[in-house]
Amino acid sequence: MKDSPLTIAGKTFTSRFMLGTGKFKNKSDVEKSIGASGAEIVTVALRRIDVERHEENILQYIPEGITLLTNTSGARNSQEAVRIARLARESGCGNWVKIEVINDSKYLLPDNNETVKATEILSAEGFIVLPYMFPDLYAARALVEAGAAAVMPLGSLIGSNQGLKAKEFIRILIDEIDEVPIIVDAGIGAPSQSAEAMEMGADACLVNTAVANAEDPAGLAEAFSLAIRSGRLAYLSKIPAAQEAAEPSSPLTNFLYEHDLSS
Amino acid sequence: MISLPEIKDILNNNDPAFLEGLARKSRTLTQQYFGRAVSLYAPLYLSNYCSSHCTYCGFQSKNRIARVRLTPEQMQSEMKAVAETGIESILLLTGESYEATPLSYLKEASTIAKQYFSSISMEVHPMGTEEYRELFLSGVDGITVYQETYDRGRYKEVHLSGKKSDYDYRRDTPQRAARAGMRHISLGVLLGLSDTVGDLLALYGHLRWMEKHFPGVEYSLSFPRLRKIKGRAFAICNVSDLDFIKILCLTRILFPRVGLNLSTRETSALRGHALELGITRISAGSNTSVGGYHLKSAGEQEPQFDIEDQRSVEEIVEYLKSKDFDPVLTDWRRIENSV
Repeated sequence: MKDSPLTIAGKTFTSRFMLGTGKFKNKSDVEKSIGASGAEIVTVALRRIDVERHEENILQYIPEGITLLTNTSGARNSQEAVRIARLARESGCGNWVKIEVINDSKYLLPDNNETVKATEILSAEGFIVLPYMFPDLYAARALVEAGAAAVMPLGSLIGSNQGLKAKEFIRILIDEIDEVPIIVDAGIGAPSQSAEAMEMGADACLVNTAVANAEDPAGLAEAFSLAIRSGRLAYLSKIPAAQEAAEPSSPLTNFLYEHDLSS
Repeated sequence: MISLPEIKDILNNNDPAFLEGLARKSRTLTQQYFGRAVSLYAPLYLSNYCSSHCTYCGFQSKNRIARVRLTPEQMQSEMKAVAETGIESILLLTGESYEATPLSYLKEASTIAKQYFSSISMEVHPMGTEEYRELFLSGVDGITVYQETYDRGRYKEVHLSGKKSDYDYRRDTPQRAARAGMRHISLGVLLGLSDTVGDLLALYGHLRWMEKHFPGVEYSLSFPRLRKIKGRAFAICNVSDLDFIKILCLTRILFPRVGLNLSTRETSALRGHALELGITRISAGSNTSVGGYHLKSAGEQEPQFDIEDQRSVEEIVEYLKSKDFDPVLTDWRRIENSV
């Protein structure tokens, strides 16, 4: 079945699996995971990019042609996110930025208000802004209004592997936000959970912790990629709705219309 | 959330099977939230002038040691020497002298350190919010301040004079630093000074209070054990390796996302095991003397405490890689701090 490409800010992507690069035991596992999964968008925290020393620079492990999505990890408010994004662009990391504004080190929940402010400023400066957010419809609308190129609602807490705890709220975003792609980010711990998000109609998924912590990261990255493709195809094929009772494939009353019962 | 009496029970339980379970849980949580990343930093002592009399410290005012304070030129050469090892996260330390190392001196140090390091923390005399704000604006991102012990009686016994003898002022230091905008705050107790269980309960309570009131700060905890200084013991540390590991594991379970630091006070062997269980940040290639990296030969040095793990940064990086850890030297990109 042919799928239309994922389009973000006019750029098209075949893969709907996006990979985060934190927590890996070594950088070559990042490279292998990108290769095995076919990920075309990879996010890297600017705070972890060592542009000056070049030794063990994470960017050396990201193949050419991959879209680098620099994230603003460490930003506690919109001003800091804006400064980090500008620094990323000045450092040669391009203008695709994932806004992360987190002012709670215990739960790592994103601050939607500050995220909207940062999105507005950076979009106006020509950045392609993909904001990480708590799945709140008002905030998602505000992000779209502010110029976001996609919205990235969390599935559950970062690094928790809890899956789609925020499912019903993500569903609302999928139903209501059609201007930009919805990319489910954070908390996805297993390929089945990413498939579930895609079956609901999410446009893409971003996964990090589960892959980084797998015994075979590249193997799990490939599994995620396949699950995401599978979920996408299921969504496009329009999965029949679940019924409360069994529905026989040969209806019980067909005979009424097939034979003359009076004879 | 686990209750305080439960914490006490756990710390008093020495059943090996129980400890094994604790260790497994701690390792799993550490893996989940930090992966295999281990951050590296180095301490750099700017001055050993001190006006406090703390009975357990090599820098205390009554110790007849050579007092040294780095000049700006000396800071440059010391910092350059550390930066050349690959370290990007620096902890600048002084003794607690408001006269010898005033705010202006610390700001100067921070301005110089910005040329060499992407992240600067300080472990210096406690200050007020306004002064911390000035330090933050000058480029300091983190403050390390240990209460040493939360036992008021014991605190008074070991902190005989100087500003440090003011228990309440020291205890409220982390909140003043947080209010000033600091990104990282490191708390801790000096194990061996007083009753360990009591100190841990108080430390956990302090951290929970800080998390609630200043959620945006990244916290880390340290559990330094009292060490000898130039071979002499100033106090006996009664915290065994078993207790120490139990403390690390329990802390990780209670605070899954909090950084746990381990200094070169501990042996390389113990550090290796602790990394598998919950430690996420270690010092590397450390020297605890003023001018110890470049300016002074080993014989001239007056360390704050003796270090056990003598490996260089390069050796530690290679060791970490061989154990499937990802040594993280760069964990911050300096942005202009503002309030």
